[in-house]
Amino acid sequence: MSSAVTPRGWTKFGLHLNGWLVYLFFYAPIVLLVIFSFSASRNVGTWGGWTFEWYGEFAGTQNARNALEASLKIAIISTVISVVLGTMAALALERFTFRGKQVFDGLLYLPIIIPDVTMAVMMLLFFAEFFDVINAVFGIQMRKGFNSIVLSHIAFNISFVSVVVRARLAGMDTKLEEAALDLYATRWKAFRYVTFPQIVPGIAGGALLAITLSLDDVVITQFVAGPGWTTLPVYVFGLIRKGVTPLINAISVVMLVGSMSLVALSLVAERVRGGEHG
Amino acid sequence: MTVVEALLSQEPDEREATPEFEAAAARQESRRGFLMALPAYAYLVLFFAVPLIIVIVYSFATRNRFGGTDLSGWNLDSYAKLGEPIVRDILFRSVWLALLTTIICLVIAYPFAYFLSTRSPAIRNVMLVFVMIPFWTNFLVRNYAWRVILGNDGPFTRTTEALGLGEQELLFSQTAVVLGLVYGYLPFMILPLYAAVERIDHGLLEASRDLYASGYQSFRRVLLPLSMPGVIAGSILVFVPSLGAYVTPEILGGAKTTLLGSYIVTQFLTARNWPFGASLSFVLMAIMLVTTIIYFRKGGRTL
Amino acid sequence: MNSTPAVDIKGITKRFGDVVAVDNIDLEIADGEFFAMLGPSGCGKTTTLRMIAGLDFPTTGSLKIFGEEVGTLPPNKRPVNTVFQNYALFPHLNVIDNVAFGLRMQGVAKAGARKQAVEMIELVHLGGLENRKASQMSGGQQQRVALARALVNHPKVLLLDEPLGALDLKLRQEMQGELKRLQKELGISFVFVTHDQEEALTMSDRIAVMDEGKLLQVAKPEEIYERPANRFVADFIGQTNLLDGTVEDASTVCLANGARVRAKSSFPVGEKVAVSLRPERAQIAQRDDAVDGGSAVDGVVESVTYLGNARVYGIKLDWMDLEVREENRPGATLHEPGSQVTIAWDSEAVSVVAG
Repeated sequence: MSSAVTPRGWTKFGLHLNGWLVYLFFYAPIVLLVIFSFSASRNVGTWGGWTFEWYGEFAGTQNARNALEASLKIAIISTVISVVLGTMAALALERFTFRGKQVFDGLLYLPIIIPDVTMAVMMLLFFAEFFDVINAVFGIQMRKGFNSIVLSHIAFNISFVSVVVRARLAGMDTKLEEAALDLYATRWKAFRYVTFPQIVPGIAGGALLAITLSLDDVVITQFVAGPGWTTLPVYVFGLIRKGVTPLINAISVVMLVGSMSLVALSLVAERVRGGEHG
Repeated sequence: MTVVEALLSQEPDEREATPEFEAAAARQESRRGFLMALPAYAYLVLFFAVPLIIVIVYSFATRNRFGGTDLSGWNLDSYAKLGEPIVRDILFRSVWLALLTTIICLVIAYPFAYFLSTRSPAIRNVMLVFVMIPFWTNFLVRNYAWRVILGNDGPFTRTTEALGLGEQELLFSQTAVVLGLVYGYLPFMILPLYAAVERIDHGLLEASRDLYASGYQSFRRVLLPLSMPGVIAGSILVFVPSLGAYVTPEILGGAKTTLLGSYIVTQFLTARNWPFGASLSFVLMAIMLVTTIIYFRKGGRTL
Repeated sequence: MNSTPAVDIKGITKRFGDVVAVDNIDLEIADGEFFAMLGPSGCGKTTTLRMIAGLDFPTTGSLKIFGEEVGTLPPNKRPVNTVFQNYALFPHLNVIDNVAFGLRMQGVAKAGARKQAVEMIELVHLGGLENRKASQMSGGQQQRVALARALVNHPKVLLLDEPLGALDLKLRQEMQGELKRLQKELGISFVFVTHDQEEALTMSDRIAVMDEGKLLQVAKPEEIYERPANRFVADFIGQTNLLDGTVEDASTVCLANGARVRAKSSFPVGEKVAVSLRPERAQIAQRDDAVDGGSAVDGVVESVTYLGNARVYGIKLDWMDLEVREENRPGATLHEPGSQVTIAWDSEAVSVVAG
């Protein structure tokens, strides 16, 4: 693609340089972090020879392992529930008109644009009141912990899932569904055999986003976590505030590898799908 | 799936069309749509709208002597507190740093997005993937990486020493916070910008050059106006989370660089002044809402 | 042929909110007929087709398919199938599964459905491409898949929504012939919607012309062309010159400039009408040359457009402009712009429509 409007000379040089610097900026810190996680020095930013000691320490720290397990459990459960609710919401908004639709649409956007901290405060105050109400009505003592974290994560993930699925539904020609109906499919079969296969990539993308956001969250989780329940990011965040240690390097790299595996998985999935098409 | 199946099942009807039938069919569709939306709707009302209202209620409540909150006796004390010099400084500092972050991201991301759009499709896809990876990577970890780099005796200090600039200390400063924010949110600027620039027909730039525009003029008069939706979307995506940032200033900032996000958290976790924390959260949300409403008013649709 | 109409529409109206998309139409389509619905976009022809398919329900009126009331029946319960505009082939399925879809939905076992699908794919000349995806095929091939996908279900009526709209000219002409052939072979009615009047004229047994939700004329192509029911039809089908005037008696119309021309009509005396004169029906001659034919008007040549097989003259009359088309025969006189000419026509060559 070269024509008279393709930048030349200094402009071209500047564009290329900026491009490479952006990638350097993105990846240098990550690479350095990985390198230092294998450093034997107790000082986190200093090279002191190869070691796997810190990964061993991670494996041996009960609290860290518990936090990892909790993180995964919370992420998976909240993702499954928000994928179901979010997909139904997307279908309702893209394929139906109903009373209260606009209010719902607005409500669905809010969790996406609201700052983390505000949402954290909301959930903190809500559970402070909510558990009192539950206690008064049902006589069950509920405390902050697993339940409150999962409920909060679903509250923001529904919106992200529905936005991604909606984009996919909006890009799908409604004529395909009409063609299915015309070809003797019931409404349900048209959904099952035409709409659903078409939106699977959107649902998968939404699920990936939900699981990532759940595994990423620090502020909201920190506000609604209770005794005995903490997620890995909140645990790490707590450690960092006490002071950086090589253990944090190791845990960070494990989290990094986790995030990247998810992305790699989605890319492979896309490649497989792409292969079917092309 | 079974819920959806039940909602999509239908009864056969063999009658001549009448306005009554049409209206009944429309009502039935409407009911189905509502039922389909209901689970998410109810969930968000209970676990989002109600909490939001509680925050607003709390912001008018009173903090009692024991750090608890009295919901009776409504007053505007918490909002009056916003005018105090300390709070004002924090508000201004937060807005300023968020703006600075947004501008820096824009300056870096715009040429990058344009550069990306001029690559051949195959290279472009690879380049995009390498922008997506940081986007999907754990935010806390990415901020922590800078803590390691900027830390005591870390790679940054060693580099400045080697360059003969002496032992520079960047950590726990505003600069470090902005650096962390830019690092964290740069992908949020690149992706919408790229989407906007990529859509623009290359022929339009050629046409502007044909009509005697210089390279700068065709950028200023054609490329920039056409990519404005991307500029605005990217700016909001960077500005809003930067304004409420909590993790970054906690990790990279120091005592003197308290920002709104951290200040709100302090009200709840240490100072135990919930009404004031609630009013601060509400202010933060209001700024965010106004920003996004302006965006939507300007005709933007995608965030 | 069956004496019960394939499609019988009585008093159908369709409103979308305040917009009347289809306005109280009556229409009968015979079994085995190649029927075209023609009109500008937004005229209601596609809505009518969708109502026959069941994709939209009428607001009021009766819609029968072979005598059975189906007005409020969902599309999957109707014995009709549709070839959609831009085909709407399922992108996640290959050709054979696209074609077998309808049979599978009706409960035909997979093996049987596939066998029938393969036969139908052969019939539309796509044998060997069964395992391709829709996105890997050309426009013409996709069109054939869409046809096969509808026809494999043996519909009693086949509905086609602008089926050739996305094809280039050569493919279009080829597919026109193909559609005709298939329709003859299968003996069922084809109802097809188009905005291309030439396509409608060449392919159909009968044409319905619609505008603004109303049915203006339903007739054989010749009749639509020769005896348009009104001004809109005359203007929409082919090229024409509309000369405004008033009826003087059963065989004379007084034109706007006062000239009397011979034109048969059944309008009452004094009625405002327009005389529709097709460009190829008028003759053009130098002013002082003798012309035969019933009527004539004088004018000046303003422009000449050379079309290869013909020339089109733009003629300026005192009170309006005319177009006259003359075949490019050897020895034909060329009239230069500025020439004083006389335009003449036979009284049988014109039709009179309501003004």
